[in-house]
Amino acid sequence: MAIRERLSGNEAVAYAIKQINPDVMPAFPITPSTEIPQYVANYIANGEIDTEFIHVESEHSAMSATVGASAAGARAVTATSSCGMALMWEELYVAASNRLPIVLALVNRALSGPININADHSDSMGARDSGWIQIYAESNQEVYDNYIQAFPIAENKKVHLPVMVCQDGFITSHGVENIMLIEDDKVKAFVGEYEPEHYLLNADERIAVGPYAVSNYYMETKRGQREAMLNAREVILEVAEKFEKMTGRKYGFFEEYRMEDAEYAVVIIGSAAGTCKAAIEHIRSTTGKKVGLIKIRVFRPFPEEEIARALANVKAVAIMDRSEMFAGTSGPLGAEVRAAMYQAHAKAEVVNYFYGLGGRDITVSDFERVYENLEKMAETHTVIGMYDYIGLRE
Amino acid sequence: MEQVWEKAYDFKKVLSKPERLAGGHRMCAGCGGTVTVRTVLRALEEGDRAVIGNATGCLEVSSFMYPYTAYEDSYIHNAFENAGATLSGVETAYNVLKKKGKIKENFKFITFGGDGGTYDIGFQSLSGAMERGHDMVYVCYDNGAYMNTGTQRSSATPQYADTTTTPAGKVSAGKVQVRKDLAAIIAEHHVPYVGQSTFTANFKDLYTKAQKAIYTPGPAFLNVMSPCPRGWGYEPSEMMNICKLAIDTCYWTMFEVIDGKWVLNYEPKNKLPIEDFLRPQRRFKHLFKKENEELIPLFQAEVDKRWEELRNRCE
Repeated sequence: MAIRERLSGNEAVAYAIKQINPDVMPAFPITPSTEIPQYVANYIANGEIDTEFIHVESEHSAMSATVGASAAGARAVTATSSCGMALMWEELYVAASNRLPIVLALVNRALSGPININADHSDSMGARDSGWIQIYAESNQEVYDNYIQAFPIAENKKVHLPVMVCQDGFITSHGVENIMLIEDDKVKAFVGEYEPEHYLLNADERIAVGPYAVSNYYMETKRGQREAMLNAREVILEVAEKFEKMTGRKYGFFEEYRMEDAEYAVVIIGSAAGTCKAAIEHIRSTTGKKVGLIKIRVFRPFPEEEIARALANVKAVAIMDRSEMFAGTSGPLGAEVRAAMYQAHAKAEVVNYFYGLGGRDITVSDFERVYENLEKMAETHTVIGMYDYIGLRE
Repeated sequence: MEQVWEKAYDFKKVLSKPERLAGGHRMCAGCGGTVTVRTVLRALEEGDRAVIGNATGCLEVSSFMYPYTAYEDSYIHNAFENAGATLSGVETAYNVLKKKGKIKENFKFITFGGDGGTYDIGFQSLSGAMERGHDMVYVCYDNGAYMNTGTQRSSATPQYADTTTTPAGKVSAGKVQVRKDLAAIIAEHHVPYVGQSTFTANFKDLYTKAQKAIYTPGPAFLNVMSPCPRGWGYEPSEMMNICKLAIDTCYWTMFEVIDGKWVLNYEPKNKLPIEDFLRPQRRFKHLFKKENEELIPLFQAEVDKRWEELRNRCE
């Protein structure tokens, strides 16, 4: 029987780590992800897991040591947030290009400056081109489920890429929710023993990792990473299917909420989707207006065609970004969803909203106004500007 | 039990051990870096397995250019500033996989970094690795500048050296600051073994220190002056003479710190004036111009001061 619990998102990730019992975890404290290594250190201190913790002196060293451990043949994980991941930047690319199946628990937090410790996707969005698979969660349940699924995805021989399991700082990382935990033996069987193919500590085969590759070879490396990312699409869905069989909980590239007949749609990532769902229920029950939501779960690889298909019949779309990219036009999700829709000749009017930067709250009534605006846009066929803000003080 | 370094040193026998850094790499003729690597790796007992780490630098780009590697052992290069942290991860993986029974064999862990990757950008990563107590050896092949990018100044560059970022010019006499004393800093981490060395005629000093570093449990640090013909400006054939002058002038000192105990390994019978070390090198050529004549005594004073400090530290 599954176990009913009440856990924060950080506790849920730490609990999953305990169940998976990875070999090595180098980590460095940073709000709001600090609790994850703390809980793991407690499991270790009480002899509950075999994991070796490395008390690194920075996040750069955290990812460097994770790369070393993974290349050596260990199942290696770490956790971080915000500036911590910014300090890892160089190593994110090294991990991905060395095709190391590392799992990183990222608790999304705004990047400095000004320094801010709250939920914002600027950390992971900035790393969207680093070659990592990125999976986002709305709730504590989802981050737990995503974390467990990350291992069979990363370690699949057709993929061999690192996975970033993202959740919103404080909102889910510290918010306590009801959660269904999976039994230890089932988690262990689902994740399986890690059996690396080529690794430094293999007594039967000597290898060299991290070459200097000049222009004769570099480009093929990048093509190889793309191939792996393309393969990840299929593997992510296979793993989700297997996971559904085990738990009954269904996952895909994104969740379509009340989209079957939707005329007005929001596209969003992370915890604010829950607030949006409440708005949808309220609008539908009070006005009967056909409003829906697409909640992106997998941002890398980007499910371009699937998103375009899901938005094929709507009249207007609001793409919601919880991070800036200072293009002067769209945010990262806005740009990619727009591109997908353009390619698919979608007819909907599109607006891109910036919301929730640095943890600014977004409410049910904010989403109600978004849907009202979408309706106006569809009626008048006018979009005022490529982007707008929600909750910005004038 | 007799330690490996307590066995009688037989130069011929040592040199006839199989090479663990294969020929055909792309390092320069007369490069001290490769001599350091070969000597240190030779100190591994035959049949012992090792994972070799490497910070980005001349050595890395010249010894592991895809698809060729010069290393007979498994090898990992990660980036410039994280050789310490990277090998920490490898060593920790080894401990846990061994504990879980997934690995039966014994491995040693040795990483190489230039002075740029060790004294400067990799300093924090090195300090962390030493403090955490990983059973590994960090070897700095110290050639006193960022040679891979073309002789830029590092904190290991000697005062007054002419580098591409501290060029000697009309109003400049080269690098302003004195060298950082990294071996002493690492010794202050209270690690079991720190050794500073360079090349001597029979290579006994470096070889023995490498044995101690590798076979002493816990973290060890070796700082090896490894001359660079291009950066220092000497004929490749002169490397051994340069090393001899470095230790006979006491510019470079040979010592070790064993469990906190400082030991001086070489004291020249006749301490030579620093000019003897400076004169054969292009990087110090400007010091012999009339307008810079007051600088050599200052250089000498710094050498003397450090030599005295070291002698006082050693028993």
